[in-house]
Amino acid sequence: MHADPIGVLTGPHFIDGDHACSEGAIAAGCRFVAGYPITPSTEVVERIAERFPRVGGVFIQMEDEIASSIAIQGAVWGGKKAMTVTSGPGFSLMMEHIGYAAMTETPCVFVDVQRAGPSTGLPTMPAQGDMMQARWGSHGDYGIIALSPNSPQECFDLTIKAFNLAEQYRVPVMMMMDECVGHMIERVIIPAAEDIKIVPRRFYEGPKEEYRPYEPERDLVPLMVKVGKGYRMHITGLTHDEQGYPNMSVNTQGKLVRRLVDKLKVNAERIIEFKEDKVEGADVVVLTYGISSRTAIPAIEQARKEGLKVGHLRLVTVWPFPERRIAELAGCIKSFVVPELNFGQIALEVERCAGGKASVHLVPHAGGTVHQPKEIYSAIRKSLKG
Amino acid sequence: MQRTEIKIGGFGGQGVILSGYIIGRAASIFDGKYATMIQAFGPEARGSACSAQIIVSRDEITYPYITTPDLMVIMSQEAYSKFTPELAVGGTLITENELVVTHNLRKDLRHYSIPATRFAEELGKKMVLNIVMMGFTAAIADVVSVEAMRSAVKASVPKGTEDLNIKAFEKGYEYGVELLEKVAAGIQVS
Repeated sequence: MHADPIGVLTGPHFIDGDHACSEGAIAAGCRFVAGYPITPSTEVVERIAERFPRVGGVFIQMEDEIASSIAIQGAVWGGKKAMTVTSGPGFSLMMEHIGYAAMTETPCVFVDVQRAGPSTGLPTMPAQGDMMQARWGSHGDYGIIALSPNSPQECFDLTIKAFNLAEQYRVPVMMMMDECVGHMIERVIIPAAEDIKIVPRRFYEGPKEEYRPYEPERDLVPLMVKVGKGYRMHITGLTHDEQGYPNMSVNTQGKLVRRLVDKLKVNAERIIEFKEDKVEGADVVVLTYGISSRTAIPAIEQARKEGLKVGHLRLVTVWPFPERRIAELAGCIKSFVVPELNFGQIALEVERCAGGKASVHLVPHAGGTVHQPKEIYSAIRKSLKG
Repeated sequence: MQRTEIKIGGFGGQGVILSGYIIGRAASIFDGKYATMIQAFGPEARGSACSAQIIVSRDEITYPYITTPDLMVIMSQEAYSKFTPELAVGGTLITENELVVTHNLRKDLRHYSIPATRFAEELGKKMVLNIVMMGFTAAIADVVSVEAMRSAVKASVPKGTEDLNIKAFEKGYEYGVELLEKVAAGIQVS
């Protein structure tokens, strides 16, 4: 299935990452957005509010982020594709409902344009401090998907991908942008509608009386129905059986929660996307995501010019984490260098996956700007001294 | 790598951001190059000295911020004092000559100025002074082609004001071309 041409502004544009995200959502078929505008994500909803009336969408400026993050889930069960948009302080408020989306398997997209925290921090400046929060922020065990764009073009492309993954696996998908990428203006090429692949919602089509809302398919993902079409539905955040009804037994809990975790594990290889540059034969691999994948390039080029064997592994999907690839690489290289606009979040995951076979060198940054390439360059040099 | 760093400086409301946007759009949409623009956010974007930063390059742009601008277009005194110390050695400085007094001008800079406000007033709208500056910049600086700049102006200004803005652009461009001819002929300018 491809995109509905009504929402697709085919052609080259010179726009910022926030606006590109809005266009990606519209192209993906999103027709409901609820949000409580917050810097540096405001431009996303500004553009949505302006564009939605022309494509038949509904935007609601809600009373807060808690309401926004549950309104979108109502819209999804009503048949729409939906997202909410925020930054750190709002993302914190949304955690309860991210858990609800995971538990009820409501496909939806959360956009977090990260700014420096904690708390209100630096509203107009970048950070990558919400990466662990995106994965673990709500209570209990569950899985989510998180994507990390490094340009306005990717803000467009990955927002479409986020909606597609949400529908494919019925999970909340996090678009983990940052202020730099969100406010940066660059060329964004929007393809023709027929060249944009859209994953439609997966609907149950069998007899009404046999429908079991939480009975999984082979890929561990259950099918949805259109509410109001005569199917018996029950949606709850309580532990539920395949019929969707609350069932407070150890067995049901074990079966349900295991599946919520496993559906991401068994499909991980299909979900995970990363980009590699000269990692084969490298002594050190710089592992990056988001804006840091760009600031690392001058450092990598400098080190290569001086004869060092430096590879670059850039995560496009941060969650689920590419555990297998990192473990493989750890056996072949001396060290990983991980620049992050935080004090060590993804670096800890790299360390876990490397299992002591390669050393891991964090290049920390409190946020407020991006790394200077020379900081990353020094870390590359230092990591080889062992 | 052919990376050119550009900073536009002025005060809020002068069209500083639009000027940067026009250069970036000209380079990346109409000239087939790469361009990255970063806006200054915060109190400086609302009244006092404000700026737009643009990088233009033949290759993909990695590090997104400017460090030592090669070209600066300055439209206010405050922006002159605040930003010009950052200019690269031997860099190009373009100023509006009635709004900016270039005291303590660095000797290493190539400096060009234009009475853009007066030209804009002659065209009947002081508001287009930034577009006069863009025409002048297109003539002086070898970053983006004049055709691309013209297309970007047309595509970026409010509908219905294209003719006025193109006139403003041409005025600045012609003044710049003449100025360069005078410089080439050894005639003392400014």
